[in-house]
Formats: sequence, structure tokens, C-alpha cells
Amino acid sequence: MTTANGAPTKITQGSKTKGGIGESTLRPDGTLKVTGEFAYSSDMWHEDMLWGQILRSTVAHAEIVSIDTSEALAMSGVYAVMTYDDLPAEMKHYGLEIQDTPVLAHGKVRHHGEPVAIVAADHPETARRAAAKIKVEYRELPVITDEASATAPDAILVHENRTDHHIGHVPHPNIVHRQPIVRGNADEAAKKADFVVRGEYYFGMQDQAFLGPESGLAVPEEDGGVHLYIATQWLHSDLRQIAPVLGLPEDKVRMTLAGVGGAFGGREDLSMQIHACLLALRTGKPVKIVYNRFESFFGHVHRHPARLFYEHGATKDGKLTHMKCRIVLDGGAYASASPAVVGNASSLSAGPYVIDDVDIEAIALYTNNPPCGAMRGFGAVQACFAYEAQMDKLADEVGMDRVEFRRLNAMEQGTIMPTGQPVDSPAPVAELLRRVKAMPLPPERQWESSEGADVRQLPGGLSNTTHGEGVVRGVGYAVGIKNVGFSEGFDDYSTAKVRMEVIAGEPVATVHTAMAEVGQGGVTVHAQIARTELGVAQVTIHPADTQVGSAGSTSASRQTYVTGGAVKNSCELVRERVLEIGRRKFGSYHPAWATAELLLEGGKVVTDGGEVLADLVDVLEDEAVEIEAEWRHRPTEPFDLRTGQGNGHVQYSFAAHRAVVEVDTELGLVKVVELACAQDVGKALNPLSVIGQIQGGTTQGLGIAIMEEIIVDPKTAKVRNPSFTDYLLPTILDTPTIPVDVLELADDHAPYGLRGIGEAPTLSSTPAVLAAIRNATGLELPRTPVRPEHLTGKA
Amino acid sequence: MRVNFTVNGRPQEADDVWEGESLLYVLRERMGLPGSKNACEQGECGSCTVRLDGVPVCSCLVAAGQVQGREVVTVEGLAEYAKDRAEGGCASGACGTGGTTLDEAQRWQAKGADSQTGEGVELAPIQQAFIDAGAVQCGFCTPGLLVAADEMLERNPNPTDADIREALSGNLCRCTGYEKIMDAVRLAAARQSEGV
Amino acid sequence: MDFLRPASWEEALAAKAEHPTAVPIAGGTDVMVEINFDHRRPEYLLNLNRVGDLYEWEVGEDSVRLGASVPYTKIMENLRAELPGLALASHTVASPQIRNRGGVGGNLGTASPAGDAHPALLAAGAEVEAESVRGTRRIPIDAFYTGVKRNALAPDELIRAVHIKKADGPQQYSKVGTRNAMVIAVCAFGLALHPETRSVRTGIGSAAPTPVRAQAAEEFLNAALEEGGFWDNGKIITPSVAKQFAELCSAACNPIDDVRGTASYRRHAVGVMARRTLTWTWESYRGARNASEGAA
Repeated sequence: MTTANGAPTKITQGSKTKGGIGESTLRPDGTLKVTGEFAYSSDMWHEDMLWGQILRSTVAHAEIVSIDTSEALAMSGVYAVMTYDDLPAEMKHYGLEIQDTPVLAHGKVRHHGEPVAIVAADHPETARRAAAKIKVEYRELPVITDEASATAPDAILVHENRTDHHIGHVPHPNIVHRQPIVRGNADEAAKKADFVVRGEYYFGMQDQAFLGPESGLAVPEEDGGVHLYIATQWLHSDLRQIAPVLGLPEDKVRMTLAGVGGAFGGREDLSMQIHACLLALRTGKPVKIVYNRFESFFGHVHRHPARLFYEHGATKDGKLTHMKCRIVLDGGAYASASPAVVGNASSLSAGPYVIDDVDIEAIALYTNNPPCGAMRGFGAVQACFAYEAQMDKLADEVGMDRVEFRRLNAMEQGTIMPTGQPVDSPAPVAELLRRVKAMPLPPERQWESSEGADVRQLPGGLSNTTHGEGVVRGVGYAVGIKNVGFSEGFDDYSTAKVRMEVIAGEPVATVHTAMAEVGQGGVTVHAQIARTELGVAQVTIHPADTQVGSAGSTSASRQTYVTGGAVKNSCELVRERVLEIGRRKFGSYHPAWATAELLLEGGKVVTDGGEVLADLVDVLEDEAVEIEAEWRHRPTEPFDLRTGQGNGHVQYSFAAHRAVVEVDTELGLVKVVELACAQDVGKALNPLSVIGQIQGGTTQGLGIAIMEEIIVDPKTAKVRNPSFTDYLLPTILDTPTIPVDVLELADDHAPYGLRGIGEAPTLSSTPAVLAAIRNATGLELPRTPVRPEHLTGKA
Repeated sequence: MRVNFTVNGRPQEADDVWEGESLLYVLRERMGLPGSKNACEQGECGSCTVRLDGVPVCSCLVAAGQVQGREVVTVEGLAEYAKDRAEGGCASGACGTGGTTLDEAQRWQAKGADSQTGEGVELAPIQQAFIDAGAVQCGFCTPGLLVAADEMLERNPNPTDADIREALSGNLCRCTGYEKIMDAVRLAAARQSEGV
Repeated sequence: MDFLRPASWEEALAAKAEHPTAVPIAGGTDVMVEINFDHRRPEYLLNLNRVGDLYEWEVGEDSVRLGASVPYTKIMENLRAELPGLALASHTVASPQIRNRGGVGGNLGTASPAGDAHPALLAAGAEVEAESVRGTRRIPIDAFYTGVKRNALAPDELIRAVHIKKADGPQQYSKVGTRNAMVIAVCAFGLALHPETRSVRTGIGSAAPTPVRAQAAEEFLNAALEEGGFWDNGKIITPSVAKQFAELCSAACNPIDDVRGTASYRRHAVGVMARRTLTWTWESYRGARNASEGAA
């Protein structure tokens, strides 16, 4: 076997302290990451390796008339040039759910930046030059960019001859999926409303903008297979899509997780995986591909932009009567996660409120815009932005305090969702709102100092636009609901292999899963779980690869729940086996072996009364106990395609935010002063990591509120700002203090009572910031991100 | 072309460098120092921050040929750089790792290579503070932030929060929301002033 | 591609004369991005980092001769008194890392309307010292910008320095970006009061094909200040004067809609910045004047 330089090695973390769950143990990969030695996918290196380059379409929608690769192939240093015609297997498409994405464009391109050809050469510059020499002739087609153009009578079909399982129930072939949800009778209930508010909202296209660009290294293996070192969110999902296109059985495609520089949903779909493998197999040499930032904007799916139409009603005493909504998500050229995004958007469209009578419809379109798919909180994020704006409007109509109005209508344990599913674990929505409101407000005019205004604390920041002129403070609140784990009947399981043995006189546990550590701290938590369950100080985290069963995706706030659950389960099975060995060896020496509840603690077998029965070292001696087992959460059901009814979700997650902003009302510039969050996490397995997740998710919500947006030209469907110069992420000067109040109400269905936490803070952050800006300016602001021209009437 | 310069106190030579290559590429692909990260390659994220003759710069915006004869410190050499400074080898920082002898330089190697964890590796105070404060998630922005934060603490040992934010405003982080990074820098400053 | 490494200014001029297509590179802020992203493959890169003269500045009696490569950080740290407008502008440039390497020569060479230094140079009054093997000339800043990303340099010329008038009164600089740091200007505005000549000068960035002055606004304000005796009586400028000045500054813009902002917003924002910077500079002028009166 060839090993790539920089391939991940086992991480061992020793601890004299207990280091179990509930403690803020430090990351096992922390030292490697601060010394620059942690090997990310773009750091992989192999002797003799080539560099891969992708040629992408320069237009959004066109027939490919011809492709001429001869000049590129003739270049010195070029080892291979491949197009659709060179694909080796019958299978030439891939996709998460619907295999509608060609590995390389065939016959036509459907979006700007679609891969058309790939090159391998001995230097990245040679590869770039060669790609530039490939001549592609396009015959441009009209672009489909929105619902009207997608469903027009003469609309060109983005995908002809669809055979996927959604085609039977969608009203038009340019609609990927449609999910209505009807419960009660919204029209009838509307008659009871004293106040009705309607709104049309727009949510812009957000980019995950993980800092580590798509990259990986494919190494051909002697058995004709390939070993791919890759940054991804789900190794086995990649594998399932890659192997058929290479014409290889899955066991000939080995995958090892390389260091992942953030993900946020953007690595759920394949990017350069197949291309690198194809080039490696074609050339017989290792091939590395690293996207640059420009390419990264085309290399992964984005957050669905959405148009949302809402109607809510309330009685004069403030009780919600009904809700009607229609959510139109733009899925772009390929399906990606669109069906699941539709499922989340529709099923969570009512928010964390009690509304008995609802009429809901969500659809995702096929268009020639950039493909959209998974991003942190998908579906729920867009809906939350709209329903929270509605709540403020309705509270104002009723004449109630905005927070009290929400609390009055807040769901709680036992509430029935629009899907008919009861919420069967704590849902402390009112309490989260109370807590976030109770936090002390930041002092006014913090930018004033004895030496004048500190512009760094004012809207505009270092750009010196105001010394206080035009600055108005605003405060806004929002709360949201997100499902945890994969829903709608998906078999959402994880696998963990746990091994226990004595090494150098000490019991050591090894945890091996295929979980993608993308920064969330899953590796930290796995070690904590193993310490808690197996009572050892030393835990080794094995690199994630496909030599163990699937761990599912690092998404949907599910990894600590599901793979954490799998690690816990496998640890319990190992513990039982160890205790069996102990009973066999020592059972006759002490009756407690047979009668007491036994635990593993501090390297010993102890009774629940604390009596030590044996050292693990003596129990195990030179025996190793290893168990690999799958673990799954409670099953879910699909939503009925007509009524949307069904127990589709496994768990819900709630967060509330209060935003305090200062707006330069003349220039339309915003400084977020504070973004406070209260979230129920069920059980904080690692409090430091929990808070880090909440603050990070909150900041991504801030980004889409005031600056982040991929801008697509509606006439050409081309991306206009694919760079960090014009796609702006919040800097440290844009990000406020983020006080976090963590509530821990156990969900009895989940391991340790925990609740998936990664996404909920991204939901309510955005509407809270928008509400605060509305509060400061008095403007309606129905779109996000809100830009200076929107705040000044100069759009 | 050929480029000779000093990296982390050690003389280095790169051959067959394409004239358009950046210092970042040379460090990562030719010198086996991938710690400096390639997140945007246009000076908009700070992940590739190194010190060039003591000054923090984006190595993606430095042409390889421009570093001829100059001194570069990367995250891989940060611990040693900070140690030299603490021992008085370089109070201003402007002298690079000037205290390193050629012999020491030639024996220099990335620390932690013989360990799976890097445990027991000597870290700069700012590196330890990033770990302790939970400032590392995916870690891709971390090397650049460390180099920038270390240099700020060298200039300004008692920074206000606004000073920290200004000094780190050229370094994007997508995971943490910066709060734990603020904590880490405050922690490093506090430890530094306590002489810990 | 060839990489030219002159060790002195003379060598640099000779290299540029021999290879007029050579692209000068100093801070790398613009050039390296174009190379990294395959937007440009110059035949020659002309590295100016070894030309020490370019990193020096001299403070003269009336003006500062600022070497083309003096990093923005140095301007902020060392020339705040002499060049307050440029020092403020320097502080808005990109990030600390870029301010450590980039200099005014790069802004002038690229001549992007969004370059942060331009409005400050226009407002202060400056001359670009251009040199070639044929000789040296000084190009007034008002004549330097000739089109979108075009300037008055001849193919064999390099920018040696900028001669910027030392401030004889308060100067201000504001820039609008949709982020509080590390942002390219949506639009920018520089204003300098020149009590010695009893005049004001302006500079507008990112709101026209080139950096421009709002000359009608300057003329209006010069006249209004003169007529009202403001320079002598140090009164607060009346809101109607400030408003009209702001409107004329807006009118001097000829902006476009792009991903960074709309034309209409740019016009509006330039007006707001004009009004605010006028207030700040005038308050500062009055403060200084009152202080000196009090001392006398």
C-alpha cells in the first residue's frame, strides 16, 4: 500500500483527569492545528504527483457544439485530458439523492461553472495553461432563473426525461419536489382572526465559505483501485457515488478523511473527488486537486435563495389563528439536497409556535442558477427569517410586546406540529425568549471615549464614516426551530468500532468511526464518551476512513447524537464483554460480580457502590476486546405527499437571539453591537465546544443578515461576485460579543439526553438582526441580506 | 528561477521556481511547510499570514522572487520565534530569528513530527492560549491568526478589545464567531503580563 | 514569464526601458491576485522590493516626498501630522497585513477608481514623480488619472515618489464599504481645508470612471466661505451651505451600478460623507483657530 505524505495518523489523547462527558476537555487535534502540522486535504503530497485542473463552463445554459482537446494534450507536462467521452463506466452521473449531475458535461451545460473537462499536469500552472487551451464551442440557450421562467408554458426543461421518484407528484418538470402540508382548516380559522398580516420575503443565496477550499489527493493502487484522501462530510456517501462512475467495486475505492477546513453543508455533495480519481486511474500517478477561492464558489452548492409568502392571523388577545405560506426555493441546475430542503422548509415553516390551522406549500425549482443544496440549517433558516418578521408585524398589529406575543404562542412539549407529529421532548421556547430578554443590555454609546469617537466600534468601522452622526440603536428578537438528524424515513445510522486493550501497562480505548471531523469537535466528544463509558484515561481516535461502517453525514446537527450514540453503544457492548471476561476470571472471588451493577471507572471495575473489584489491566491482560456496531435513532416516516402528515422528524432544536444594532441611518451602515443567544442543548457534552458552535452559527446568521450574498445576474445566470473581495464574510470587527445562555433539558430519547446544536443558532440570528435594524430604522426590510442601499432607499 | 531565503531561521533554497509563484506556494509545495494556509490567495482572509523580515504579510501576495535574501517566519517556527523573543533574543521582533546560529538552524525541524499528538511540544503562549480557550475549530484560519496575534502582542502587550479586533481584522474565521479567539488573545496577554 | 530583480533605482529604470511591458510589483496587492487567479500573465515582473529609495520619505518645507513603496502602515504611524488625510485613508486600506506591504505607488500604478489613496491625494494636492531613463517629470495628480485603470505614465516610466502638500489645515477621509474592515470602497471621499490659500479641495473615489475632484462643489464652498467671512470669523458653517456643498459633491459623481453598490447609493453616500467631513474639518479648524486666538 502506498501512503500519502501527510496522511492522518492516529490521535492519542491521554488525561490524568477523568475527561468524560460534561467536561470541557480540549481538542485532541489542537496541538497539531496550532503548530501548522495538521494535514488538511490541500496539504497532501505524494512523490511524483500530478496536479489536476478543471475546465468549467463560461456560460450558464448552452448546448456544447464541440470540444477540442488536441492542443492541451500536446503540451509538454500534460499527462491527461478527459471529457465526458473518456468516462470509463456506464454510470456517468452522480447525486446525493437524484443522480442528475454529470461527472463532466455532456451535450449541454446547465449552470455557470459546470465542469466540462479535466487535465492532469506536472505543475498547477501547466495544468491551468492546458485547460485554457481546450476549445469548447457553445450554442447558448435561454436561461431559466426563477419560478416564472421555470414554469412558463414554453419553458425549456432543465432536465429532460426525468425518471426520479419526485417526477410523479410535481406540477412541472422544472420543479424538483413539492411538499404541501395541510392541517386543520386555515381558511375557516382565518375568520376568527382580528388581525391578519401578509408578507413577501426574499432570502439571498449564501455561501458556506469554509476556509479550506475543496481539495484532495487520489493515489492509484496496485490492485487497480484508488485511495482518495479527501475533505468531506460523509465518506460513505461519497464512496457510493464515486465507485460506480469509476467502474470499480466499492472495496477498490479506499477513502481516508484528510483534514477538513470547515464544511457547513458545502461538502455534502461531491466536488473534485471523482475528477481526481479519474485522472489518477488514467495516468497511473497520484493526482492532487486544489480549488482556488474563485473555483470554490463554483465547486459546491450554496444555500437556496427563497421567496416566501406568508399570511398569519391572530385574535385581539394575541393568539395565533392560522398560517398560510408558500415557499419557493431555487435549487439551481441540479437536485443536490433540494428535496430534503423542501421537507424542512415546509415542515418547519410555522416555526416554534402553536398554530392548529395551517396551509403550507414548499417547492424547489430547477433553474440555470448555481446549484443549491445543503447549508447549516437548510430550509429552516429561510422559513425562520420570514415567520419571525411576521411575528413582529403581528405583535405590533395586536399591540403586544413582541417577545410576550411570541411567548404567548410558543410551542411546548406536547404541541402538535403542522405535520401532526407531537413534540415529545422539552421545547422551552418561551423560556429561551425569557432568558435572552433578561440578559443585561450592552451600554449605550460604547464608542464614545475621552479621545472622541472610536470608529472601530461604530457603523463603518475603520472606514471613518461617522463619529456618531445618524447612529440609532435598535433591538430585535427571534426564535427558531430546527430538526436534528436525517428525517422523512431516512435510515439514519452510524457505526462505531471500539477496541479496548492494555498498552504499556495501561488500559486504552480506541475509537474508530468514519465520522468527518470538520471542526465541530466530534473527535473530542468521542474520546469523552469512551472515557465515561469505559473508565479509561487514554483514548485513541483512529483516523476516519471507509475501513469501518458509515457514520452518516456531519450535518443536520446529528453527529454527536448519532455517531456519538454509536460510540456510546459500542462502548457499552465492549464494557459488557470486558465484564464477562472479568466475571470469568474473578467472579468467584467476590459476589458483587454476579449481583451488583458494575461500572468501569478510573481503569478499574467498580460496583455502583464504589467498591473496586479489579483492575482493567488484570481483567484484560493481553486480550483485546473490539466491537463494531451500528446504532440508529428512532425511525421516522415520510411526509404524506398530499397532506404533509407524518412523524417525519426525530428531534427538534431551539435557540433564541436578541440582537442589538447601531445603524448609521443616513449611510445605511450597520454595526451589530451584541448578539445574545439562549439555547437548549439537552446536555452539553463539552460546554466549551457547545458555546463555540453557538457563537459560530450565530455569526453565520449575522453574515447573511447584513453582507453575505452570491449575486447572480438574472439575465445571464452568471455569478458576479465569486471572490472574497466581493462575497463578504464578517470580520472580527463586524462580529459583536455573543453572550450565550445554555439550558440543559434532557431529551430522554437521545444519548445522555443531548440535543443536536449546530444549526439552531444560525436560524434565529438572522431575523433577530433584521428585527433590530427594522427597530432602528422603521423600515420594512423584507429581504436579506439588507444592504446600505436598502436602508437608504437607494436600491 | 532559484530563490534563496531564510525560513524559521534556516537557510533555504528553492529551485525551478516558476516566476509567477507566490511565497505561499513555495512554502507549501516546495519546502514542506504547509502550515500557512491557502484559503483565498488574494489577501482577503489572512490564512497565509507569515512574517517577512518581522512584518506580518499575506504570503499569497508576495512573489517568490521577492523574498530573495529575506527572512520568513511561519506558524511552524512560531514557538521557537516566541521562545527566542522571551529569552531576549529579539526584543523588537524585527530581527527575525536572529539569535539562531547556522548550526541550530540546520538542526531545526518541525516539532511534533515524532509524536502523533504533538503533546509535549513546546508551544508559543499564543498557541497554547488558542487551544485552552477553544479558539480552534476546523483550524484552517488558525495559523494565520496565530502569526498575526503573536505579532500584535509583541507590539502591544496590553491590548484593548478594540485593539485586538483591529489587529486581527485581516484574518477571517468561519467557524468560531471570533469570541473564543478574543478569549485566547486576552488569555495570552494576561499570561504574558503575569510572566507565566 | 521572467522575473527582473533590479538592485537599485537606476537598474529598475533601465529594466523598464528595456522591457516596457514589464509589470512593476512591490506590495503585490493587485499584481499577485491577477497572477494567482490567472487574469494576467505578464511577460516580465519587475520587482521593486530591493529598491530602497522607494521606501523612504522626506518631509520638506511645503511638501512630503513620499517614496512609492512606503507601506501604508508607515504612513499611518509617521506622517499623521503632515498628511492627515492620507493617513486616514491608509488606515482604511484592506487589512493590517496589506497595509504592511502596500504603498501609494501601487494605488497610482493600478489607478483603479476604488484605490483608497486617491481621494486623499486629490484633496491634499499632489504631484506624481515619474521617471524613466529619459528623465524625470512631475505629473499633477489632477492630470494623472486618464481613464478606468489608466494613468498618465509612459510605458517606460516608473513611479518614484509622490509629492504631497503638507497639511496647512484639517483634512478628513471617509470610505463606505459594506463591512467594517477589509473592504473595497463602495465610494470614498477626501476633504482638505487649506487655510493658507483659503480654499478647500476634495477627492471622490469609486464614484466615477476615475478618481475625481468635485470642482463645482469646491468653487461653491470657496465662494461661500469667502463671502461669509468664515475663514476669519470662524463661525459654524450654515446647514444650507453644507447641504449645497454635499449636493454638488453628489453631482460630481458619475457612478455605475455594480455588485458593490448602486449608482444612486454612491451619489447619496458621497453627499453624506461630504457633509460630515466638512463638519469635522471645519469644527477642527474653528477649534484650532479659537485656541490660537485664546493664546493670543
